[in-house]
Amino acid sequence: MLSLPIFLVASVVKIVLVIFILLTAVAYTVWLERKVVGHMQNRWGPSRVGPFGLLQPLADGVKFLLKEDLTPPHVYRPLFIAAPMIAVICALTSISVIPFGTAIPVAGHIIPLQITDLNIGLLVILGVTSIGVYGVALAGWSSNSKYSLLGGLRASAQMVSYEICLGLSLVGVLIVSGSFSLQQIVESQRGYFWGFIPKWNIFYGCQFVAFFIYLMAAYAETNRIPFDLPEAETELVAGYHTEYSAMKFAMFFMAEYANMITVACLATILFLGGGNGPLFGPPLLRLILPTFYFVAKVFVFLFTYIWVRGTLPRFRYDQLMAFGWKFLFPLAIANLVVTALVVAYRS
Amino acid sequence: MCTGWYTSDMAPVATTFFFYFLSGLAILSGVLVITRKNPVHSALALILTLLSVAGLYLMLYAPFVAGVQIILYVGGIMVLFLFVIMLVNIERSEREKQFNQQWLPGILAACGLGLLFVLIYVKGKALFSQPVITMPETENTQRVGMMLYSNYMFPFEIASLLLLVAIIGAVVMAKKRI
Repeated sequence: MLSLPIFLVASVVKIVLVIFILLTAVAYTVWLERKVVGHMQNRWGPSRVGPFGLLQPLADGVKFLLKEDLTPPHVYRPLFIAAPMIAVICALTSISVIPFGTAIPVAGHIIPLQITDLNIGLLVILGVTSIGVYGVALAGWSSNSKYSLLGGLRASAQMVSYEICLGLSLVGVLIVSGSFSLQQIVESQRGYFWGFIPKWNIFYGCQFVAFFIYLMAAYAETNRIPFDLPEAETELVAGYHTEYSAMKFAMFFMAEYANMITVACLATILFLGGGNGPLFGPPLLRLILPTFYFVAKVFVFLFTYIWVRGTLPRFRYDQLMAFGWKFLFPLAIANLVVTALVVAYRS
Repeated sequence: MCTGWYTSDMAPVATTFFFYFLSGLAILSGVLVITRKNPVHSALALILTLLSVAGLYLMLYAPFVAGVQIILYVGGIMVLFLFVIMLVNIERSEREKQFNQQWLPGILAACGLGLLFVLIYVKGKALFSQPVITMPETENTQRVGMMLYSNYMFPFEIASLLLLVAIIGAVVMAKKRI
């Protein structure tokens, strides 16, 4: 138990740290994406600014800040300005319930590596991401241009459709672990099946099906290839952010990548055992290892994101809807029923 | 809303302020819903109302209801509302008359509702006993699930049947040829 002042100090420090790390991670995910996709297409990617182009995110940031911030005359100003803010706020808020590792002792207090552990943590993430749709939808509407409006409409339809599959794919995990708290979901995945297979949810029963559904729905929720219809360049110029420039555009960009990272964290926690892994060595190493495992799993997930982007073409709009409703949705329900049967049989 | 580590021994902070802030916000945005001419602004005000009501649910120690309120109403239903409204021709809808002229039924309904509110305020103590929190907050959500699938199984199933009928009805109405 901590007293109020220590609680406040610990929380503020953690929030500042997490936001700083998240934004740095966002910047370097963009760098990684440009580099990896570049190599996949037989190009070098960013290579001029710093060694291996490592300072490229910094240069991009400076450019975004210094460029002229255009506001076209035909837009509806209050919402045009509010929309990127909504997107960024929702993207940054959902990271607050993610547990990054075990609790660490600092100056005699046990501090968990998580901004706050809510017993409805998963619901908070789902709720905040569902509010995030408004950033995209309102940007499309307030821009008052046909490309933006079409992008906004596509985004809202797509997100509402795939949110159902996303939610249903998570219910299986909830049945297995019996809690909404992300900390407890991670706890429930400690240990091994038959002594060598880690007891992660992805290996439990047919949860790999749920993982596949989650993967697809997550790609659609974050508007990534092959589901990036809201910003399809070939049809809609740039979709919902056609009219945006400079920092407002950068905010949408940041929101998209922050959402990718949150989704990767969530996948790690729900299916890949969070920070669980073999612990060894001196006490200090034992404290750091869970965070290391967590970050490594998130990195694998992010790399898959980029890999898919470099590999797959974009869906057509009707294919997107048919895939969501006629394939993923029945599959998610079937998985739910089978999981419930397995859990009922084992208990 | 926190488990374990911090808040179990900490008293809630500034409850009164948050109550009046959230209810004021709910009422203000509720008024905006019916007074704005632009339907998109009305929809946004309605979203704000729903969010502040979700905050009130949180203050009543009902985190699950608050979460579901946000996910279903704000994240689902209102997105669909907005989806339709965004396609509406704003210039035409702004020239529409905003209030119909049925003052008499309106005043009667308002009086009836006002009387109900006054009665509840005066006699409410006897009708609704002071709520006592009987279960620890951490188990709240689990207990809701337990109750829903044991004691209230039948009403729950009836509600889902109603929803099924509504879905089929919507499909029948929307499709010309089935």
